[in-house]
Amino acid sequence: MLKGIIGRKVGMTQIFSEEGERIGVTVVEAGPCKVTQKKTEEKDGYSALQLGFREKKKQRVNKALQEHFQKSGGTVYYHLQEFRVREIDQYEVGQDISVGIFKVGELVNVSGKSKGKGFAGMIKRHHARGGAASHGSMFHRAPGSIGASSFPSRVFKGKKLPGHMGNRRVTLRNLQIVGIDEAKNILVLKGAIPGANNGILTINGDSRQSDGAVA
Amino acid sequence: MNTTDSIEKDQLRKDPSRFSIGDTVKVYMKIKEGEKERVQVFEGTVIRKKKGGSRASFTVRKVSYSVGVERIFPLHSPLIEKIEVVRQGKVRRSRLYYLRQLRGKGARIKRKGMVMAYGTEVEETATPEADTEEEGSPDPEAEQSQVQESDT
Repeated sequence: MLKGIIGRKVGMTQIFSEEGERIGVTVVEAGPCKVTQKKTEEKDGYSALQLGFREKKKQRVNKALQEHFQKSGGTVYYHLQEFRVREIDQYEVGQDISVGIFKVGELVNVSGKSKGKGFAGMIKRHHARGGAASHGSMFHRAPGSIGASSFPSRVFKGKKLPGHMGNRRVTLRNLQIVGIDEAKNILVLKGAIPGANNGILTINGDSRQSDGAVA
Repeated sequence: MNTTDSIEKDQLRKDPSRFSIGDTVKVYMKIKEGEKERVQVFEGTVIRKKKGGSRASFTVRKVSYSVGVERIFPLHSPLIEKIEVVRQGKVRRSRLYYLRQLRGKGARIKRKGMVMAYGTEVEETATPEADTEEEGSPDPEAEQSQVQESDT
């Protein structure tokens, strides 16, 4: 079964649980999506559904994409994403997918593009402790030694060093769904989600709960 | 109305308590102990109110056994049974942090006009001994969750 949808991060707030505790939640506008293509075992070597999210004007896309969207009814979308689904025969091209496929209490994995931090040093990027700020210390935020000398005469691969941080795809697993509003296409997830508000997210049912189809 | 606002709107209490900064209030807080549920009263001065829709909160300060105790309550928490105004205070600040430096007679707040009580029941007048009433509360263990302020 399809347990995936494309969404947009709206923002964070807090709600009260049944026990009266406050929980921080992220509001996600999820769907409505349309099945724009079916990938089949025979033709493509794997079975999946391609979903489209957020309509856009037809004249904004080139002829090739216009023809592609023509097969699913002609509506043109900003975002396309494939979701691996085994029972592909149950779905039709042009079918609408809404948040109704999820239930409150289920766990989902959410992928999004994290906020870019630019070129970050050791402390920000790898949570290094750094040196003392004062007391005559001349070692503050530098990375320190990056290896020994004549042996091995090189820096090991994967050595944590300063570099570009953020602006990459991040997946958070096992986020609980605490609320669903099908009329407004709203999904309320417990906890924070990668990326800035209005960022595009891929929401996937947890593979350990569903039939094992992973996107 | 944007989407997060509409979600916060559902979380708001239908019976907002009316009290202002400087008031002495009694907060009736539901506390679950295993299966049993009981009500704990926290009485003190409101030293801060924070806005923010369903995230609004307020801070109540009291001096318990000469130790200053401040507790932050979510204004819209369903665990708050009611908030009762014992005495209205006359203050000229919105944040009464200066009370932390004062103790004893200096930490008193001027009274404002007549005494009114919001909530389910109405008290006629607030007596000065209302201050000491809750001091000997029989639940010292419940205060562990509260913010304890060290003596300065």
